[in-house]
Amino acid sequence: MKYIDEYRNPERAKRILEKIKDSVTRPWTIMEICGGQTHSIIRNGIDQLLPDTVRLIHGPGCPVCVTPLETLDRALSIAARPGVILASFGDMLRVPGSGKDLLQARSEGADIRVVFSSLEALNIARENPQNEVVFLAVGFETTAPGNAMAVKQAAREGLRNFSELVSQFLVPPAMRAILSSEKKIVEGFLAAGHVCTITGYEEYEPIADAYHVPIVPTGFEPVDILSGILRVVTMLESGESGVCNEYGRVVSREGNQAARKTVDEVFEVTDRQWRGIGVIPLSGLQLRGNYSLFDAEKKFDVVHIQPEESSLCRSGEVLQGMITPAQCAAFGKECSPLNPLGAPMVSGEGACAAYYKYHKRA
Amino acid sequence: MSIELHCPAPLSRHETIQMAHGAGGMMSRELTRSIFLPCFKNSLLDVMDDQAKISLDSGKVAFTTDTFVVTPVFFPGGDIGDLAVNGTVNDLAVGGATPLYLSAGFVIEEGFSMPDLQRIVKSMAAAAEKAGVKIVTGDTKVVEKGQCDGMFINTSGIGVIREGLDISCANLKPGDSVLVSGSLGDHGMAVMTAREGLSFQSVITSDTAPLNGLISAILDGVPHVHAMRDPTRGGLAASLNEFAEASGVGIVLNEETLPVKPDVLGACELLGIDPLNVANEGKVVVVVPEEMSKDVLEIIRENADVAGQHAAIIGKVVDDHPGMVVIKTPLGSRRILEMPLGEQLPRIC
Repeated sequence: MKYIDEYRNPERAKRILEKIKDSVTRPWTIMEICGGQTHSIIRNGIDQLLPDTVRLIHGPGCPVCVTPLETLDRALSIAARPGVILASFGDMLRVPGSGKDLLQARSEGADIRVVFSSLEALNIARENPQNEVVFLAVGFETTAPGNAMAVKQAAREGLRNFSELVSQFLVPPAMRAILSSEKKIVEGFLAAGHVCTITGYEEYEPIADAYHVPIVPTGFEPVDILSGILRVVTMLESGESGVCNEYGRVVSREGNQAARKTVDEVFEVTDRQWRGIGVIPLSGLQLRGNYSLFDAEKKFDVVHIQPEESSLCRSGEVLQGMITPAQCAAFGKECSPLNPLGAPMVSGEGACAAYYKYHKRA
Repeated sequence: MSIELHCPAPLSRHETIQMAHGAGGMMSRELTRSIFLPCFKNSLLDVMDDQAKISLDSGKVAFTTDTFVVTPVFFPGGDIGDLAVNGTVNDLAVGGATPLYLSAGFVIEEGFSMPDLQRIVKSMAAAAEKAGVKIVTGDTKVVEKGQCDGMFINTSGIGVIREGLDISCANLKPGDSVLVSGSLGDHGMAVMTAREGLSFQSVITSDTAPLNGLISAILDGVPHVHAMRDPTRGGLAASLNEFAEASGVGIVLNEETLPVKPDVLGACELLGIDPLNVANEGKVVVVVPEEMSKDVLEIIRENADVAGQHAAIIGKVVDDHPGMVVIKTPLGSRRILEMPLGEQLPRIC
């Protein structure tokens, strides 16, 4: 952990904080894209330490938060069928579907298992040839390579009892959507470090140019995040736009070529529904036609499941930075981690849960 | 003529547990005689009556029960057997009681391995000996395959409470110091990494251990302990939130002083779990008036074997924010330490 300690060093963090204070001459609004960054910001209280002129808003980069209701209802429908084993990342289990969540379905007898990766789900399929094993393949560019690899491997082995219910998202189209919105709130971005590790940051260069914003790939430790903020603030103050990498120990311009190739081979770009936000064109991934045998939506014929969202929950506005969680009337009242109305109240990465946990209880 | 039974005993002639082992007939008796009696051997149990008849010194008696369900039953650092003994011993000890006698109830799944059962029972006997308690009554039921996950154990225990103590979760006073007797999160992460088959460079081992010796030493030196608890399920976060709520006070922790081993922290961060929500099975949280905190720390370091080297004063009790636990980060910011919700679910990324 020595290597990490360097990026948690309070003295170093305080020095960067001073530099931020010294550089700011007017108010700026910066969005951190990734839920992991939101978690770290709130956990370390970085938002409390920044000068009032620097406002952070939490972006839509939490997979648990943006996975649409329809994906959950489809997962619940599939899990309820006899002989099905549904494998999922842990924190998807508490996300409310229309009627219930996967934890409740499990208590009612559905075989739902927590896995740490798609490859673990693949193992369950190998070990249980008499069962249909469905992996709830959610996430951003970070989980896509693993999820693609699992399908590729299943195809290679002829594992017909494995499929993925895919809800993969892409960050750049969401950034374009946020920058194109009528209220131009966001002036600079901390780009998601893990996503950029896979994709590199080439793709962000045209966005920075088109919308004239600074985009800074940033890590997750306090020193990383403060360095990212300092870079964005410095660029904003001097009127600069462009991409400037502050996560150089991990992120390169081209990213992980092998991972990108695997993703391209298995997935293709498609329109995707984001929970609370709506459909963003070309913002997601789906399995290519030659892998459709492994597409759980087709295998279990669940595409017709199209539920409606609760009207009380304003998570869409939270995810787009239009309101803070505490500005939602249901926050801390009808909606809490014990009884979440919307997905951002579920995951530790979700803006509402992070607020509730560390910060400002209503 | 009496047969001298001793531990380890000859194995039962059956390789696995069968339904008849819980049916009260010959096979039940064989199981008791071949596995339980030789290991737990003591004069109260050996009578084989339906109940143990015990005499206690006068005074207040503490009585507690706990049921142990853990997958896998064997994990690095321990097994369900020593966990079941230590858990109940510790629940008595944190109330200021000297643990004396335990019961042991087993629910075993048909087909459970007999050598594994013997290993677990031996480990219970060893834990009981270490803690200085006797297992004086017991029961075994066998359920059909699929009706339980290998084995469940219930232990109940009684102990005699020392005189002159006033230990309660409602006794915290502003100004008190909060101490923990060693590193946090070891047990929960040992079990979780064993269950999920996650391998790290080092193996995380459970901290399961009896606390009665340590607690007795603390109370000998500092009888004015305000509150004590072993932070098992829900971890430190649950124990301290319960303290704050019951006493109507706030608690402020210094994040820098919280003892978490690097391998446990690494595993927690990988899985997206807060080590403060993770179970401990051999640690005690102690709240004492501030002026006695250094003495308590010294006693812990002298008496808690290797674990004691990580003991620390981690925070203090305050007037502010009653019912709430707040963590001061090394950066100088603050965050709330919530009561954990329930099952620990690993995060996606």
